[in-house]
Amino acid sequence: MDPECARLLPALCAVLADPRQPVADDTCLEKLLDWFKAVTGAGSSLLLLQEHPCLVELLFHVLKPQDLSSRILSFTLRLAGIFAAQENCFQFLQGDPSLFVASAAGQLLVRVLDLALRGPAEGHVCPQAWDWPACARKVVCHLEDCLRSEAAPRVTQALHVLTTTFGHCHGLWTQGLWARLSPLVARLLEKDPVPAPHALVDLLLSVARSSVLSSDPGLWETAAQALSRLSPTQAGPLAAGILKLQDCPQALRIQAFRILLQPLAHVLEAAAQGPGAPRLLEGAAGDLMAVDTFPPSRSACVGLLCSALAHLELLQPLPQRPSPWPQAPLLAAAVTILRFCNGSAAPSSEAGSRLCTMLVGCVRVQRAALDFLGVLSQGLGPQELVTQVFAILLEYLVSPDSSPTVLKKAFQATLRWLLSSATPPGCCDLEPYAQLVLGELLAVLQKRLCSPCWEVRDSGLEFLTQMTRRWGGQGSFRQALLGSEVPELTRQLLQDPESYVRASAVAAVGQLSSWGLLAAPSRPEHPDVPQKTPLEELLLVLTTDSEGFPRRAVMRVFTEWLRDGYADVAKDPEQSVAPVLQAASRDLDWEVRVQGLELALVFLEQLLGPLGPSTAAPPGALTQALQALCRVQLFEFALRSLFDCDRPVAQKSCDLLLFLKAKATPSGSQQEVGDGPNVASVEAALRRWQAGEQGQPLGELAPETVLAVLRSMDLEALRDTLAESSDHVERSPQSLLQDMLATVGVLGDNEADCY
Amino acid sequence: MKLYCLSGHPTLPCNVLKFKSTTIMLDCGLDMTSTLNFLPLPLVQSPRLSNLPGWSLKDGNAFLDKTELIDLSTVDVILISNYHCMMALPYITEHTGFTGTVYATEPTVQIGRLLMEELVNFIERVPKAQSASLWKNKDIQRLLPSPLKDAVEVSTWRRCYTMQEVNSALSKIQLVGYSQKIELFGAVQVTPLSSGYALGSSNWIIQSHYEKVSYVSGSSLLTTHPQPMDQASLKNSDVLILTGLTQIPTANPDSMVGEFCSNLALTVRNGGNVLVPCYPSGVIYDLLECLYQYIDSAGLSSIPFYFISPVANSSLEFSQIFAEWLCHNKQTKVYLPEPPFPHAELIQTNKLKHYPSIHGDFSNDFRQPCVVFTGHPSLRFGDVVHFMELWGKSSLNTVIFTEPDFSYLEALAPYQPLAMKCIYCPIDTRLNFIQVSKLLKEVQPLHVVCPEQYTQPPPAQSHRMDLMVDCQPPAMSYRRAEVLALPFKRRYEKIEIMPELADSLVPMEIKPGISLATVSAVLHTKDNKHVLQPPPRPAQPTGGKKRKRASDDIPDCKVLKPLLSGSIPVDQFVQTLEKHGFSDIKVEDTAKGHIVLLQEAETLIQIEEDSTHIICDDDEVLRVRLRDLVLKFLQKF
Repeated sequence: MDPECARLLPALCAVLADPRQPVADDTCLEKLLDWFKAVTGAGSSLLLLQEHPCLVELLFHVLKPQDLSSRILSFTLRLAGIFAAQENCFQFLQGDPSLFVASAAGQLLVRVLDLALRGPAEGHVCPQAWDWPACARKVVCHLEDCLRSEAAPRVTQALHVLTTTFGHCHGLWTQGLWARLSPLVARLLEKDPVPAPHALVDLLLSVARSSVLSSDPGLWETAAQALSRLSPTQAGPLAAGILKLQDCPQALRIQAFRILLQPLAHVLEAAAQGPGAPRLLEGAAGDLMAVDTFPPSRSACVGLLCSALAHLELLQPLPQRPSPWPQAPLLAAAVTILRFCNGSAAPSSEAGSRLCTMLVGCVRVQRAALDFLGVLSQGLGPQELVTQVFAILLEYLVSPDSSPTVLKKAFQATLRWLLSSATPPGCCDLEPYAQLVLGELLAVLQKRLCSPCWEVRDSGLEFLTQMTRRWGGQGSFRQALLGSEVPELTRQLLQDPESYVRASAVAAVGQLSSWGLLAAPSRPEHPDVPQKTPLEELLLVLTTDSEGFPRRAVMRVFTEWLRDGYADVAKDPEQSVAPVLQAASRDLDWEVRVQGLELALVFLEQLLGPLGPSTAAPPGALTQALQALCRVQLFEFALRSLFDCDRPVAQKSCDLLLFLKAKATPSGSQQEVGDGPNVASVEAALRRWQAGEQGQPLGELAPETVLAVLRSMDLEALRDTLAESSDHVERSPQSLLQDMLATVGVLGDNEADCY
Repeated sequence: MKLYCLSGHPTLPCNVLKFKSTTIMLDCGLDMTSTLNFLPLPLVQSPRLSNLPGWSLKDGNAFLDKTELIDLSTVDVILISNYHCMMALPYITEHTGFTGTVYATEPTVQIGRLLMEELVNFIERVPKAQSASLWKNKDIQRLLPSPLKDAVEVSTWRRCYTMQEVNSALSKIQLVGYSQKIELFGAVQVTPLSSGYALGSSNWIIQSHYEKVSYVSGSSLLTTHPQPMDQASLKNSDVLILTGLTQIPTANPDSMVGEFCSNLALTVRNGGNVLVPCYPSGVIYDLLECLYQYIDSAGLSSIPFYFISPVANSSLEFSQIFAEWLCHNKQTKVYLPEPPFPHAELIQTNKLKHYPSIHGDFSNDFRQPCVVFTGHPSLRFGDVVHFMELWGKSSLNTVIFTEPDFSYLEALAPYQPLAMKCIYCPIDTRLNFIQVSKLLKEVQPLHVVCPEQYTQPPPAQSHRMDLMVDCQPPAMSYRRAEVLALPFKRRYEKIEIMPELADSLVPMEIKPGISLATVSAVLHTKDNKHVLQPPPRPAQPTGGKKRKRASDDIPDCKVLKPLLSGSIPVDQFVQTLEKHGFSDIKVEDTAKGHIVLLQEAETLIQIEEDSTHIICDDDEVLRVRLRDLVLKFLQKF
């Protein structure tokens, strides 16, 4: 701790201990705790307490029954916890059940327990209860009382404490604790209804994840019991947690997986028209759950389905996901759910009609099912099911009733399925079936691009951009796209009233034209007016658009074009880049300026080669390059940006100049500064810019001058300064302490005024 | 209370309610779907249509619903809920001997007049040299091609009414305002409430002192141009008659408007024309408003919009002057002052132009590509026929159906083969089933009565159990030509007591809060009002004692038996009987009460809520003994 903070600390402790001086701001206390954590992390907390008796006084003071605000109480408890976690320096406070009120106290108890048991237990396999220190015994007894209690909040509290304990402490002593408490936990599961189900699930998962405890076979029995006793909604998170574990008994995994599959199995059963339909769960259990275990209320049913879908979605990509993975029935289930949601399912059973009534038009389930369907594209299915997948996705894309968010998900899922249907892997060509779909897809897209709802236009454009990125070079795609009105509509959307849509249109135009898919439109009514090239159109957006998003998008497109050697740009990069850089350098949006510098960097790399081990460029190339850079006025932009009020711009510019410096200065051959051209005028301009006078232009620069300036500047030091966050002064602990004292001082003054 | 159901069309209802002594017709919608059986009436001679083989062209005909069920001349009043539901009015007021009054709001009458005027104009401007009716003969009809030969009751199909009949019918209407209470013969009170569906559209409350019937027809909870729906006033109804729900429950109006705009823009950008067959009032206002917001953003500001109807001008102007009938948002604009509907601005900026017909100015101004709004949605008459003929051959053009009243495929039939694109975006803002179930939960009527179509899912989507009225107790359904006895009995009637009679009463408290008094009076009933008046005083004796004796015979001098109140607890009664020496007592429960059987004495005591009978075999002594035991449990006064 630095001396200034040490000086301020006693005053602050006095303030905190004084109930008459409330601390206005919780975040101050949070920051203070963070600081203490850092301080104790760096050194001994015993030493800290010895050096600053005011802290011990504060802790003692809080223990006295008095009218302290809860936030100070909780703060002090957590502070005590921080000290306790550190070392065996902790000799008071302990096991007081009356403190068992807030989670802070809970955390403290965990630390006390850890501290008390870790020391004596070190090296022993499993210490017996009678070996435990008094304070630990007291805490454990308290937890036992709570677990036996009929009051749900007390049970919940105890479960939270245990969850934290097993989550944070992995000493061997935890085995003893779990052995002692697990019967009580198991007994909770026998109650009807099971109290605090969520906390119980958290505890079981926390125990199961603990490396010390997971070998206990009793644990798996308890987990199995919990899976069967809890309602499907409550058991879902537990089942998902179990399936994510690296190793646990196969039988339990099967049971857990059944829990997650049940809602989907129910949907499949309800929709089944005959005995041949795909089923998720075979056997008696599959039939038993049929109607009655599905929640009767709409919201509960929707919640259950959504959470099952979300859990399965997360499981799908994991290596430890259940095997065999029932890909085909899951696909069928996802498709069926989507059919129920849009009313196209025609179930004959009563359960089916009930589901239909609950799910029809439900946006939440639609979104979850579309996400899940998208993830399922990772594994294929039988062709007939894939056909159904595309059919339902098209239905959603076509339907006017699909809400904008659902539509976006439908677009995303469609893209994933299109990507996965490229066969064989790595080959770009679309499967014949996907090619058929493509035609309908473009017709839908055409209509969606005219939607009055901007979100729809936006997601349509995003979909188009991604499709083009993937298949822009592929024959059947090109043919279909050029045969539609999509490219022309996309171009028109550059004038959309909504800036997000304009930004997406810029990206789409960039992508389309880099594949040569943006044919010049025929304008029969004005044949004389020459059509603008995409390059000119985007430049127009950059110079005239009033919103930042489209301009940023333009910069990204230009950078991509330059990097990928897009024909129109590659013809004459200097000619293309110059107006863009000029526009970007004057832009009010800092992100556009950063993008401008990024573009400049790509340009530089193309002139001088990438930064590598042999960094310096050959002198001839360097001179040419520097001349080109001077012509496009890159230096003025870069040098000005060094003093940009937005730090990322300055950083980017610094990187750029450092790159150039590395290229221009062959290692070990430092030139004499005095020999170079006169840089005084440039340096004077730089100083003025630094002082905030931006008006002064730099004028024409010769390449030699540039090099001299670069050499004279300490760019490395500048980079380090910029790397420090701009508020590093304000964030110092000293400033925090001063601020807190200052606020209290103001409050105190006000109080005095009142008298 | 009875309900005579004259229409089977749930959105064009026509029901007659007999309530107390009044006969009230609820709406008189005109089902015009039968016009789809006829060929279009072209404005310009169409070689294609006139050269079709077979049957010759006929006048537009209308289908009038069944009337044999009830003598329409006995109808006292007709309540109109919105302008679409009054189109049959001339048929009823002019041809049935109707002598009553019609009640409707001002916008309903004005816009209804426009709709009728347009209809008459469409039919009359293409007069026919001859008209045929022999084919309606059953023997000839069955020889006709399908679907005509299967059409039911073609004999009831009528020619379109004339403007004279329209004017005469409209003159019988009395204007009313929302929440205005109208007394009908002192028997019932009717009140129109805002229904949120169209300008001036109403639901009706029909109530007496102790009964309340709500008639819900064509209502909407969406925020469109009219005043929002008044739901609170529908609470505590004994019966709620529910008609006029959305005809396309699966089509969300917002999505359909989006679909409409997208397809319109796509067509026009591609150089094609858009035809929107529509009514001259209603959804068109909302469509114009949406387009007003959309056209600039979609880059369509240079595209002309044409609205062609004989009443186009009046419709656009009327909508702006009915400020008090508009939603709050539009009402406030009036004070700015700004026209409530933005179509005024579209007209000012020449983006929207309106014409009475395709002749005259329109042909000079006409510029393509364009968007045309015109009638009639059936595609059988009106200027729309011309545009179908003109644009049908090009696949660049699109016809967008927004009115849900006609099947668009049937409407298109005589124009096939058609190259033009057809888009179906029915926009029906009336209540859907989710909104209905919320409404019913909110207003909690004792009974719901609705057309049978609403009590089961639509035939094409039999699994959609969500597309039906779901309430407890289940709704009573009706179909065309049915007479329903409404499921509640009138139990009370309000009777006034004259002050002097009330003064003379001496109430006695029999329970805390309940007092009783006997009253002798004369019940006077006139104009459905009931008044208790003091009985006529006996003529005062003028002379001696002889005369006085004569007055002994007048009824009020009779000794009045005390009135009894209370109930008989059976168990205690049996105990009392046993105490008094009766044995072998058996108690049986009946639907209305209990029977106490004294088997030895062969006597029955039948105890019911409002009567007790002692049935014994001529043993008067026993009867009196039992009677006294019964009386012990009752209060007398």
